[in-house]
Amino acid sequence: MYKQGKYQIISKKAIAKGIYDMEIYCPEIAVQTECGQFVHISADGFFLRRPISVCAVDKVRGTLRIVFEVRGNGTDKISQLNKGELIDMIAPLGNGFKVFPGKKAVCVGGGIGTPPMLAVAAEYGADATVICGFRSASAVILQDDLKAQGNRTILCTDDGTAGRKGFVTDALKELLETEKPDVIYACGPDVMLRAVASMAKENGISCQVSLEERMGCGVGACLVCACKAVKNGEEYFAHVCKDGPVFPAEEVMF
Amino acid sequence: MADLSVVFAGVSMKNPVIPASGTFGYGREYDQFYSISRLGGISVKGTTLAPKAGNPPPRIAETPAGMLNSVGLQNGGAKKFLEYELPNLKSKDLAVIANIAGATVEECRQLAELIDGSDVDMIELNISCPNVKQGGAAFGTNCNSAAEVTRAVRGATSKPLMVKLSPNVTSITDIAKAVEAEGADAVSLINTLLGMRIDIKTRRPVLKNNVGGLSGPAVFPIAVRMVWQTANAVSIPVCGMGGIATAEDAVEMMMAGASCIQVGAALFADPFAPLKIIDGLDRWCNENGVKNISEIVGTVRPW
Repeated sequence: MYKQGKYQIISKKAIAKGIYDMEIYCPEIAVQTECGQFVHISADGFFLRRPISVCAVDKVRGTLRIVFEVRGNGTDKISQLNKGELIDMIAPLGNGFKVFPGKKAVCVGGGIGTPPMLAVAAEYGADATVICGFRSASAVILQDDLKAQGNRTILCTDDGTAGRKGFVTDALKELLETEKPDVIYACGPDVMLRAVASMAKENGISCQVSLEERMGCGVGACLVCACKAVKNGEEYFAHVCKDGPVFPAEEVMF
Repeated sequence: MADLSVVFAGVSMKNPVIPASGTFGYGREYDQFYSISRLGGISVKGTTLAPKAGNPPPRIAETPAGMLNSVGLQNGGAKKFLEYELPNLKSKDLAVIANIAGATVEECRQLAELIDGSDVDMIELNISCPNVKQGGAAFGTNCNSAAEVTRAVRGATSKPLMVKLSPNVTSITDIAKAVEAEGADAVSLINTLLGMRIDIKTRRPVLKNNVGGLSGPAVFPIAVRMVWQTANAVSIPVCGMGGIATAEDAVEMMMAGASCIQVGAALFADPFAPLKIIDGLDRWCNENGVKNISEIVGTVRPW
């Protein structure tokens, strides 16, 4: 069942320039939320909600954690909410990542695509290698959280100011020369997803990608968040909110 | 408890609140928030004869107090509606309004014929979609073509027929009169207003379709005005829509002349908007000594 309501923010901090980290107390939602799903948040004074992916779920404490970037006036408004205040959201929405316990996973996060990777990597602990890429050291987020949940991390920055210099796709290519994971998860810019999907295909590894699109209802009724997909050889417009946001990479026409 | 029930063009509904076509799918999604049987009716997603892919994304752009959309009637076609969606809707307790949209007059006629043999309670003929290249608003922005397509559909069905009008016209009352003359049992208005947003960084329209339909509270005063003018110009009942978000908006729209109302874009901000409107109408009636909601229809006292 979808829930809509106002839930209390129990912690909030800026973790990089324009990147905010919020923990929200919402037991009725947390209990049914899986990694890869998203929440649809109302921004005071704006007509449409903003979809934000779930970064961590704590079913015991009844909390969800979201990490989001201020992209425009709406997300800026959401970022101004403080600890103790209420946030209006619809959740949990969409299809999350399919997880295969005991298997080896590689998670690839590009910039603000990193938060959903934290959630799926949490399911794998030491069996997950998480490759993250950022523009520079000042934009790096969530590396300590990944390490704390036992993940192996590979950090890349475009300018080499933190971790290795280069793109996540270079690091992934190198890794695949010596290892064969069972599954690859990815979230980030389209160009990155396309490259990751094609490497996964070449190496015969199943791959799941989390997509983003401008949304209306968030539940699959209004059909605005279309993305070109292919199933059984037939092209069609799937909808990121209901058919996704996680898709098998081979079904997405990047 | 006030009596919120209405009889609209021969269709009985327990309240006058109907989710608008294209904003509520076939009810399955919102049935996961609450029982859709609480609604007066549902106007289903615009249905074409064959499945339709719709327009490329982005299909939505936010605007001050509203939004633009350019979905372009993506739907699974009439067969899927009749075989898969309709039985589910008929298992619920609400009036089912089939919104049909053809690219040609003949396609509209065939759709009406198909649906005439079903359990649908009412047909809403969409002659006002701004997002398709053929049919849609091309029918609804000209009295002759609006009359022609209404005549064809009227000849193919004995079901109550409502025609959904476009606001992107010089005189909506002329179009309303034209479809009334061809046997429409009701009109619904307004569909979305054609609009555009541009991303000034890329100098590209936000919508891949360049232009799209504006809805939400931004259009409400235009809708009230057009409903008022239309209700005064025709003798068939009017279903009012366009930016309704609260029970007070619904009361205003009904005072303007709407016998029932549709709620669309408000759902995206608040999935519970239709229920809040129903509860709010009941409260408003009780507070204002109104026993039956239909008493207020068209009661605005113009200066």
